Amino acid sequence: MESKILEIIGLNAYYGDHLVLKNINMAFSEKKATAIMGPSGCGKSTLIRTLNRMHEMNPGARVEGEILLHGENILTINPIMLRRKIGMVFQRPNPFPTMSIYDNVIAGYKLNSVNLSKLEKDQIVEKSLKSSALWGEVKDLLHRRGTFLSGGQQQRLCIARALAMNPDVLLLDEPTSALDPKATMHIEELIVELKKEVTTILVTHNIAQAGRVADYTAFMYLGELVEFGTTEKLFTVPSDKRTEEYLSGKFG
Amino acid sequence: MSDKKKDKMKKIVNRAVRKNIWKDRVFEALVIFFSLLSIVPLIFILSYIFAKGFPKLFIPEFWVGIPPAGQSKTAIEAVGMNVGGIANGIIGTFLIVFMGGLIAVPFGVLTGVYLAENRQSKIANAIHVAVDMIQGIPSIIFGIFVNIWWVTTMKGGYSAIAGSVSLALMMLPIVIKSTEETMILIPDSLKEAAMALGTPYYKVLLRIVIPAGLSGIVTGVLVGLTRIAGETAPLLFTAFGNPNINVNVTEPMETLPTLIYNNARSASPNLIENAWGASAALVIIVLVLNIFTKVVVNKWKVKF
Repeated sequence: MESKILEIIGLNAYYGDHLVLKNINMAFSEKKATAIMGPSGCGKSTLIRTLNRMHEMNPGARVEGEILLHGENILTINPIMLRRKIGMVFQRPNPFPTMSIYDNVIAGYKLNSVNLSKLEKDQIVEKSLKSSALWGEVKDLLHRRGTFLSGGQQQRLCIARALAMNPDVLLLDEPTSALDPKATMHIEELIVELKKEVTTILVTHNIAQAGRVADYTAFMYLGELVEFGTTEKLFTVPSDKRTEEYLSGKFG
Repeated sequence: MSDKKKDKMKKIVNRAVRKNIWKDRVFEALVIFFSLLSIVPLIFILSYIFAKGFPKLFIPEFWVGIPPAGQSKTAIEAVGMNVGGIANGIIGTFLIVFMGGLIAVPFGVLTGVYLAENRQSKIANAIHVAVDMIQGIPSIIFGIFVNIWWVTTMKGGYSAIAGSVSLALMMLPIVIKSTEETMILIPDSLKEAAMALGTPYYKVLLRIVIPAGLSGIVTGVLVGLTRIAGETAPLLFTAFGNPNINVNVTEPMETLPTLIYNNARSASPNLIENAWGASAALVIIVLVLNIFTKVVVNKWKVKF
């Protein structure tokens, strides 16, 4: 049995009085890619945002239950500490427009006033950009602003920025929904590569994408975790009727 | 429909269309006419000021000199002697306006950021109302207010710093509004990106959000500075005026607007001529600030 890095126990999430996540229980395996899929509004984005407590940015958001990272409940530790361990990439590429590519990658350190030597910074930037398969394209443009890059390149820059902090877990919230098919393919290949280094949790509304990149897949519907298992089992012999209907395109 | 009827219809339509085309042209001509008409006063004002003040601008003494010492204004008027330069006013204007900016910018920028970050809160609503009200207050009221509060009650006396405070009050709403409007346009995704890296909130604001909106904030500050550079009324009750070059901000100080105001009221043609020259100098300073603002807007604009 693989070791579980992240465990969700009895998680309920509310926006005001509205219950958006209903008693979620699931555990994520270390250095595997787990996909969370489901139709719009099923709570998959809320779920992933509770994992690094970004849901707290919405006024009136609150959660009940436990989320354990290496056995420690993340809901009781400082979100600033937590977010250094759990990185996140968003739907739309969002590099910092005032910073160069180099500064974007190193931003996590700079914004936390971590003093690094030039050599250390250079190493982190090169390693992170290589991990996000962007190094070859930008290694001569490191000191230009990141905003001239294509959407796909910007998204890989955002992945590099998250990887630079050496997170235990990388959250990807529909990372390809704003990208064209070719850029999407690049990101998918990258996610498969990243499994060697980091645990990834991917939210997607694209069934085929989950099938291509994920070791485990979860299916959510109306705030419930309907089914969770290996991608192979979920796609071939789903145990819940709703999963089967979603996979065959009857809704969603 | 017979061919004859069709021809008749065509003629009617043609006539109507031709009439509309003609109306179109008249309308366009009217729009252009009134647009041009509205810039006529500007052209008159500028050309008149420059025609009157131009000769003065080429006299070095006018820029570096000050009114002759030891002479009362009536004496200068009576003798009709050389009235000196406006260096005291130029230095004073820069100092008072600069200090006014220094006071208004931190309050204005932080208030603007607060309003943009807490759009729903009741405090933000109250501040909104207050800012609108400050903007509607006539400038002379600020002069009287600072006079009563600072110059007399707190025994600060007429001083440059009192002038700066009154101008800062006038500049505040401009900076607050432009900052808020800029901050609202900055996408939340940028803030999320910084938060997700474990950045503390104050650094998200100082290192990400404010730099991304810097062009808008700087524009607001420059517009505010331009606005207060020409203010006269508040200064009459606060900075008062001073015939000498003075850099002590706790003492009365001359500014270009107060200098113009005082000299233009005199009967001496010499002093009136001096006021025209000072007006031209003030207009040039304000125009340069305006052009600089436009450059900043274009150059520093951050693309998302």
